[in-house]
Amino acid sequence: MGSALDDAASALREQLAPLTQHAAAVEADRCLYCFDAPCTHACPTHIDIPRFIKKIASQNLRGSAETIFASNLLGATCARVCPVQELCEGACVLGSDHKPIAIGRLQRYAMDYAREHGSYPKVKAAPTGKKIAVIGAGPAGLSCAGELAKLGHAVTIFEKRAKPGGLSTYGIIALREPVEIALEEARMIEGMGVKIEGGVEIGKDLSLAELQKEFDSIVLSVGLGRTPGLDIEDEEAIVDGLEFIEGSKTDAASLKVGRNVIVIGAGNTAVDCATIAKRLGAERVTMVYRRTDREMTCYEHEYDFARKEGIEFRFLSQPSRVVLEGGRPTGLECRRVELGAPDASGRPTPVAVQGSEFVLAADQIVKAVGQEKPSLAMLLGLETTKGFIAVDGSFMTSVSGVYAIGDCIRARGAASTVMAVQDGKLAAAAIHAQLVLQATEKS
Amino acid sequence: MADLRINFAGIQSPNPFWLASAPPTNSGAQIHRAFEAGWGGAVWKTIGAPVLNVSNRYGAWHYGRQRMLAINNVELISDRPLEVNLREIAEVKRAWPDRAVIVSAMVESKPETWREIVERIEDTGADGIELNYGCPHGMSERGMGAAVGQVPEYCERISRWVMEAATIPVIMKLTPNITNIVLPARAGVAAGVNALSLINTINSIVGVDLDTLELTPSIGGKGGHGGYAGPAVKPIALNMLAALGTDEIVSKSGLPISGMGGIATWQDAAQFLLLGASSLQVCTAAMHYGYRIIEDLCDGLSNWMDEKGFKTIAEVSGHSLHRVSDFKDFDLSFRAVARIDESKCIKCDLCYVACNDTAHQCIDLVGRDGKLVAPRSYDVRSNGKLEATEMRPQPVVREEDCVGCRLCYNICPVDDCIRMVELPSGRSAVTWSQLSEQQGKVTEDWETMKEYRKQVGIEIH
Repeated sequence: MGSALDDAASALREQLAPLTQHAAAVEADRCLYCFDAPCTHACPTHIDIPRFIKKIASQNLRGSAETIFASNLLGATCARVCPVQELCEGACVLGSDHKPIAIGRLQRYAMDYAREHGSYPKVKAAPTGKKIAVIGAGPAGLSCAGELAKLGHAVTIFEKRAKPGGLSTYGIIALREPVEIALEEARMIEGMGVKIEGGVEIGKDLSLAELQKEFDSIVLSVGLGRTPGLDIEDEEAIVDGLEFIEGSKTDAASLKVGRNVIVIGAGNTAVDCATIAKRLGAERVTMVYRRTDREMTCYEHEYDFARKEGIEFRFLSQPSRVVLEGGRPTGLECRRVELGAPDASGRPTPVAVQGSEFVLAADQIVKAVGQEKPSLAMLLGLETTKGFIAVDGSFMTSVSGVYAIGDCIRARGAASTVMAVQDGKLAAAAIHAQLVLQATEKS
Repeated sequence: MADLRINFAGIQSPNPFWLASAPPTNSGAQIHRAFEAGWGGAVWKTIGAPVLNVSNRYGAWHYGRQRMLAINNVELISDRPLEVNLREIAEVKRAWPDRAVIVSAMVESKPETWREIVERIEDTGADGIELNYGCPHGMSERGMGAAVGQVPEYCERISRWVMEAATIPVIMKLTPNITNIVLPARAGVAAGVNALSLINTINSIVGVDLDTLELTPSIGGKGGHGGYAGPAVKPIALNMLAALGTDEIVSKSGLPISGMGGIATWQDAAQFLLLGASSLQVCTAAMHYGYRIIEDLCDGLSNWMDEKGFKTIAEVSGHSLHRVSDFKDFDLSFRAVARIDESKCIKCDLCYVACNDTAHQCIDLVGRDGKLVAPRSYDVRSNGKLEATEMRPQPVVREEDCVGCRLCYNICPVDDCIRMVELPSGRSAVTWSQLSEQQGKVTEDWETMKEYRKQVGIEIH
């Protein structure tokens, strides 16, 4: 008999099966081995994709994994969560006439091999004697820490949560990336000599001044905050989307899921929330969005995926009030929206029509409308850009020796794991250059 | 609709396709099925001396996803008793009077053994005999097969014994494991055989197993050279076929040639015909996919002949032989350059890297603004499919520097994207032969060559 726990876990089991050896070989052989390949350009971390694919074709899987790690230490996560349609696969020269190479799945094949055989990057550099603190063990922090370790620096990551991995562990639906993959990736980084201290929050358990005293450089990779408020009546009855996903990853069997669920928002996180609700038993899941499908921020393939999951959509609807009965939600009152002139984002401004209120029935309402700006910036007195931590070309903040990377600096462009990984890599190079420079100046 | 019938040295066949003497023609039951599938003829797997076979007798060379681009075998001639084979040959011929049944033979090199086998074959009612002078493994160690085929004098002597005894057409099959294929063919002409066939298999070792470090395939830990056949050998076979067709003695003899060596499609078949074959033999393709391949071999060939206006196989046979020439007679003033069709180009840049690294450095990467772009020159922070595809430069041939080597044309993965375009060279036609006759010093002395180039406007960068 399957327990509720088994049912919940299997409902969110990793969606794509690993490629079989045969499927991987066929796909790898299909790759043309482009020179100066566009897929490599499109990848924010510029993995030498044709090279790692041809190594799969020649059955040199160890070399294939090394090729990926050389550009991207979080290849296992990126293989699963990257919007490949917008990046490498979207640029594949075979896309125009044929089917692009399944680069993401081939990368996962090589990364699975590395995990199963412990074929991980080794630190060869001599210790530099420099100490670096990284705040936050999400993708940006892990990437930066691993790259710094490769260069011989002593790195400690302070993570406020119990487990490392950041959004990979807590914020990405398990059917895209199981928790175990994210945790194993963190273990790999630890294997490179990085110390990860969980349950330590900067500004609470440890001050910036204390860090500055002990470490040569400090890297902030703190991500963003919780889901912002909608500023509507009885909002307390609305579930935070990030907490909803977290619950599905840490203890899916105990997650409370309604029968008729509304998800407010139309980004990728909103799609994840809706998918979780649907897979964990909701009879009806409706995504409510104030604009239309043309302006949705989720990727097109996510929208397609959601529709195939049987998720419904209610566009041009702006939530105005939670309808409660006996303290429990029974519906979401919305106003009809008309689209006005384009706003700063270039999208038409939604204008709620007064008096057009209507109620959508729901016994659970989840909101996934972005994340709050990093609160740490204020706490540490750092300069910001549109609420994000401001950095220069070397990822240095307004405070010398303090760097910032990942979602917390992403004032422009869409935040993504692979961009965070690349930040970590570039910042590590910049920090290394800076420390070497200091060393030469002193001598 | 084209007439596919052939009359090959007096052997009639409803189409030019015969199964070659090999495993596909090992027994009467198999050949019955092959004829049901539509094969025009079959050359019975070689009968003759007693043999024993081994396991793991077939090796194969795979390339990429293509399985068995070539097969390699150490199988010997038929290991079924001679009487069984002879009985089945007679049964098959009785059941299929309109098909060509030819029997391949190989016995000890003695006049009496050859006379005996010829007489026993003739008793079956078979249409012809093929002399197996080609088997490169096993039999050759016993003085048969390629051990005969590699020595023109032996070919001639044995063929004479056979011709003294034979009353039905005799085809002499040549081994390619020889420096000059023309010499054994001339020996056949001298001996008075009725036809030639080529090629038999090529000496080969398929590979080494990288786990066990034994040869592939391993026969109880050992391996050795075997006979190589299949699509990979086709160009070698075509060259040898053309060599016979352009040899004065062989071509003047009028002996028909049965062509084989890697024929897998009707296109291959048409090419063998154009270079002088008038019957065709197939083995590896049938071993890969079964007898059913005969359907498209005939259908495709017939449709192509209709399109080209060929009415009979005889019209096709040898049609392109007059195009076979030697380097010394090529026009040195012929000029072609590669041209990339930008509307078809997918910008894989394989042409660029091939030309730049290994040919003549005459393909440029040109940006949208018309300026040259160095590979991998994008900023490290640039990413995404739009930037990657929009910023991607276009490979363009610098025609004035292109020597027309055709490497890019050969590697381009897109059909009809790169064309070799003939351009006027501005020089009058001249061959190396003419040059050495008329201006001998140019062909012997670098300084004179330099002057000649300057004079006619040949610039090599």
